[in-house]
Amino acid sequence: MIELHGLSFAYPGGEYQLDIARLTIAAGETVAITGPSGIGKTTLLHLLAGILVPQAGTILANGHPLSGATDAARRRFRLRHIGMIFQEFELIDYLNVRDNLLLPYRLSAVLKLEQQVRQQAEQLAHAAGIGTHLERNVAQLSQGERQRVAVCRALLPRPGLILADEPSGNLDPANTDRILDLIFQQAAQSGASFVCITHERHFLNRFDRVLDFADFARSGA
Amino acid sequence: MIDILQLACKYLRFNWIKTSIVVVAIALILFLPAALDLLVRHGATSLLTRAAGTPLVLGAQGSPLELVLNSQYFETKPPPEITYSEVARIEQTSLATAIPIYNRFRAGGWPIVGTNLDYYPWRSLELAQGRYPLMIGECVLGADAAKELSVQIGAHVISSPEELFDFAGSYPLRMEVVGILKSTGAADDRAIFTDIKTVWIIAGLAHGHEDVTQAPDDDGTILRREGSRTITNASTMTYNVIHAGNRASYHLHGKIEDLPLTAVLALPHDPRAGALLRGKYLRADESMQMIVPTTVIESLLGTMFRLREYLLLGSALAVFSTLSTTSLVFFLALRLRQREIETMHRIGLPRTRVLGLLATEIAIVIAAAVALALIFSIVFSRYVDLIMLEILT
Repeated sequence: MIELHGLSFAYPGGEYQLDIARLTIAAGETVAITGPSGIGKTTLLHLLAGILVPQAGTILANGHPLSGATDAARRRFRLRHIGMIFQEFELIDYLNVRDNLLLPYRLSAVLKLEQQVRQQAEQLAHAAGIGTHLERNVAQLSQGERQRVAVCRALLPRPGLILADEPSGNLDPANTDRILDLIFQQAAQSGASFVCITHERHFLNRFDRVLDFADFARSGA
Repeated sequence: MIDILQLACKYLRFNWIKTSIVVVAIALILFLPAALDLLVRHGATSLLTRAAGTPLVLGAQGSPLELVLNSQYFETKPPPEITYSEVARIEQTSLATAIPIYNRFRAGGWPIVGTNLDYYPWRSLELAQGRYPLMIGECVLGADAAKELSVQIGAHVISSPEELFDFAGSYPLRMEVVGILKSTGAADDRAIFTDIKTVWIIAGLAHGHEDVTQAPDDDGTILRREGSRTITNASTMTYNVIHAGNRASYHLHGKIEDLPLTAVLALPHDPRAGALLRGKYLRADESMQMIVPTTVIESLLGTMFRLREYLLLGSALAVFSTLSTTSLVFFLALRLRQREIETMHRIGLPRTRVLGLLATEIAIVIAAAVALALIFSIVFSRYVDLIMLEILT
């Protein structure tokens, strides 16, 4: 469960300010966040992931204060518990699909790269329809395929919280359904919460809750 | 650690053109000052050792350096010629042993050095195979020359004409290889040694031809007879191969004292004899010069070492420039990869691992450059003698 209390955040030197009085996301809950561009939805996701640290207020992850933790502790938390799907995929172009999926395991001591993980990576890639591309360089893939690699990388460690920033932005309707099915299925299997920023109104009914950003946050210059 | 190494290698391989350019640039900049230093030091040692082994060299007035380089290293164009009478002039003083040197012609690009049998023991040259040249038309090859020309005992080497259309000049002479010298690491390895008379034959100053004294007057060759002399036309068959069957027909035209040499090596019996001998060539009207090779080479090396200082300074500036450019390349590459690095941070990868990955990439590039510089240096050190001589000549 994630809880935000009296959270206030501003970028250093900027005039933008985000304030959230209270927000709770229960374990296993799926939440869609909607709202116009530029009002702080991505900033909220980064705060939830511990990438950004609020100037005031608390973020509790399963009762543990995330906002007061050290940078190293927040990184460990992200690796163990957060599956982040970025708007622009954020893949490593010089690596193939398999290496991109296993990157968090290969460069951290927190996640152990075992044979079982390798098998899970392959299964996940097949489920996402990129199983035949495992040895291909991600720079050679289409936008949709790259997005699916990014989703698989986020889901592989079976995180407790999946954060997605417009995951269907580069996908056609068929692939959007496929990817959402995969994320919902993985979230359900591992009891993970799923927070998704989206502008796509036609699949909002799949989420437990839809939050209009303006309803629970106050933001602006 | 292995994972970091593998990922770093994948990045470098993916960007192989940039990686190769940076590796070669760093390797060259590491190699160049080292090569320059190696070249000068090795060259100095090699030149001095050779020069120190030669007490005195006699030659015509002119460039002492040219005389030393031609007589000691068998390089450069031949200096002005002197006559064989200078050998007798030295030996008549009873102060030194004289060894004639005539180094003007080449065979397959290798210098043909005409000398006498005293040269080999004095230079401590030993035979790897065969024997020394005892008769005209025979030669022994230095180790490198034999290897490069791929010849064995019993094979032949042919002298190269100085000018292609010089009808009155030297004709190619086919010389039999009767010995191959052991390698010494000195200029002797890169020379073809033969008897001084053989070189005079190459020069056209001695020759062998069919016996025209017994030929009938109407055979088309004889122009006229003047006492014991027989004057023939150009159809007289001149030999260009010396063998047992025609060796006796070879003869010199003119007196041996007047035939040319390029230098005479003088080996004084003791230091005092050397000083006395040098004194004999100090007269103002003397047409010869008696030089001490060490003095000439030390003077040359002095210039070389001064030049080296400037070159090293230039190299230092080049090193600074290259390292600055390389640093800029790394810095710009990091900026281009800012998003990738940011992604790693966002995923939660430890800061130390991300920095470790970048540092490993740089370390691999530097290690590859050092390895390449070492390979360059090893290859260079094998040819440093040749390069040194090429520079000097």
